[in-house]
Amino acid sequence: MGINVRVNNLAVSYNGVKVFENITFSVESGQLVGIIGPNGAGKSTLLKSILGLMSIDRGEVEILDGSISKARRKIAYVPQRNDINLDFPVSVEDVVMMGRFPHLTWWGLPRRKDREVVTESLKEVGMIGYRHRQIGQLSGGQLQRVFLARALAQEAELFFLDEPFAGIDISSETMIMDLLRGLRNQGKSIFVVHHDLNKAETYFDTLVLLKNRLIAFGSREEVFREETLKEAYEGRVSTFAGSDKLMVVNG
Amino acid sequence: MDSLYFFMDSLVKYGYLQNAMIAGVMVGTVCGFIGCFIILRGMALMGDAISHAVLPGVAIAYLMGFSIFIGAVITGVLTSLGIGYISQNSKLKDDTAIGLMFTAAFALGVVLITLQRGTGVDLWHILFGNVLAVSREDLWLIFFIGLLVVVSIFLFYKQILLSTFDPVMARAVGIPTNAIHYLMMLLLSLVTVASLKTVGIVLVVAMFIAPGATAYLLTERLPSMLGLSAVFGVFSAVTGVYLSFIYDVATGASIVLVASFLFALSFFLSPKQGILVQKYRLWKAGV
Repeated sequence: MGINVRVNNLAVSYNGVKVFENITFSVESGQLVGIIGPNGAGKSTLLKSILGLMSIDRGEVEILDGSISKARRKIAYVPQRNDINLDFPVSVEDVVMMGRFPHLTWWGLPRRKDREVVTESLKEVGMIGYRHRQIGQLSGGQLQRVFLARALAQEAELFFLDEPFAGIDISSETMIMDLLRGLRNQGKSIFVVHHDLNKAETYFDTLVLLKNRLIAFGSREEVFREETLKEAYEGRVSTFAGSDKLMVVNG
Repeated sequence: MDSLYFFMDSLVKYGYLQNAMIAGVMVGTVCGFIGCFIILRGMALMGDAISHAVLPGVAIAYLMGFSIFIGAVITGVLTSLGIGYISQNSKLKDDTAIGLMFTAAFALGVVLITLQRGTGVDLWHILFGNVLAVSREDLWLIFFIGLLVVVSIFLFYKQILLSTFDPVMARAVGIPTNAIHYLMMLLLSLVTVASLKTVGIVLVVAMFIAPGATAYLLTERLPSMLGLSAVFGVFSAVTGVYLSFIYDVATGASIVLVASFLFALSFFLSPKQGILVQKYRLWKAGV
C-alpha cells in the first residue's frame, strides 16, 4: 500500500486571515477519508489546498509520490451544488464528458472510447435515462450523481468531493456511498468534506477533524472521542444518557 | 417593398454599401460567438470595460502612425490586467475596479484625440462607428480577427467550456484558467477593433451580449447557443444596415436596436423561458 496523499505542516491563509496551520497527515491508497469539523473550520480550504488551488503559507502537499502538477490528470473533483450555475447550457452527457477532457489533447475531440466511458459512467450512477437533460432540470441527488459520473469517467486515482450529501435524497446518498466504497475497494483514495457527524462515523475509514488546525486524525475510534469533539465544536457536544454515542448540538 | 428594392439596387451599385454589408455579417458572427462566453462567464460589464478601454490605444496608434489593431490590444489587455490587479490587491470588488479603470482609460482616449484636432481622426466615428466608410483593408482586418477568434474558440473549446462551467475542476486538472481569462480579454479587445467601424466602441458591448442573451433564452446546449447567437448577430447587422440606409439614421445604433428588439421577442416569447408564454401556460392550466 503506497501513500497517496501526504500533507506536511500545512498552513494556509485566505485574504490575509489564517484559515488553518500545522496540519500533518498522510493517507494510503484504498481509504475513504472524511474531512469533518464545524462551519468555518477550513474543510473546503483544506480540500482546495490538497488540490493545489490555494497559495500556501508554509508546508507541502505530496500527491502520488510527487508534486501536484504531475498528478493532476488523476485527480477528480466533485463540486458543491451551490458552486455550479444550474442554468448553464450543458446536458448531463456534456458534464460527464468533461471528465474525459484530461485524457484528450489540447485540441482533440472526444473519440468513440470516450463516449463509451461516458455511457458506462452514467449507467453506473443510474442516470443514463437523463443523458440529454439540461442539468437545471435535475434534483439535487441526481445532479450529485451526474458529477460523480464525471469523476468516474475521469478514471482518476484520487477523488475529492465537497459536501456531496448536502440537501440530497436518501436513495442518492446510499447509491453514492456504495459507489465510493466500490472505488475504495479498487484501491482509490476518496476525500469527502462532510458536516453530518452522525453519519461520518459509519461512512469513513479515516477521519480528519479540523478546527483551524488538526484536532484529530485517524480511525473512527481515535477521532470520535468526547474530548476531541468537544475541542472542535467548543463544548457543543453532549453524551446520550445510557449510551456511549456522542452527539453534536448545534454543530 | 419599394424600399427593399431600392436597397438591393443600391447594394449592387455601390461598393461602400457592399463593404458595409460584408463587415456587418462578419462582425455579427464574431460578436455572437464571443458574446456567448461573455454571458456565461458573467463578464458583460468586463466586455463593456474592455471595449471602452480600447480607445486610448486607438488614439495613440492614430497619432504615432502604427496599426490601431496593436494599440487597441495593448490598452485593452493592460486595462484588464489593471482591473485584476486592483480587485486582488484591495478590498474593492470587481465591479468597482472595472468602473474605475475603464472610465479612466476612456477619458484618456478622449483627451488624446481632442488634443490632436485637425489630424483627421473623428472621435464621433470611433465612438459610434461609420459603417459606410469601411475600406477593403478594413474588411481584411475584420476577416483575420474573426478567423483568429473563431479558431481560438474552436481549438480551446474544451478548456474555455470547463473553466467557465466549473473553474475549480478546471484548475484541479491543470487547465490554466488565468491564461484562459486573459485570452478572452485579448479576443474581446480584438473583436472591439473589428467592430470599430460597424457599431463603434460605445455600443459594441450590445453586440457582445444581446445576440448571446437572446440565444441563451432559446436553447439548452452550448453549441446551439453559439450558432443561434451568430445568426442573431448577423441578422441584426444586416437589418440594421438596411434600416439605417433607408431611414438615414446612425448605422451602429440601428444595428443595436434590432439586436435589442430580437432580445425582447425572445424574452417574452421564448417557448421555455418566455414571460408571456409562462403566463399563458398558467392561465391555460386554470391557475
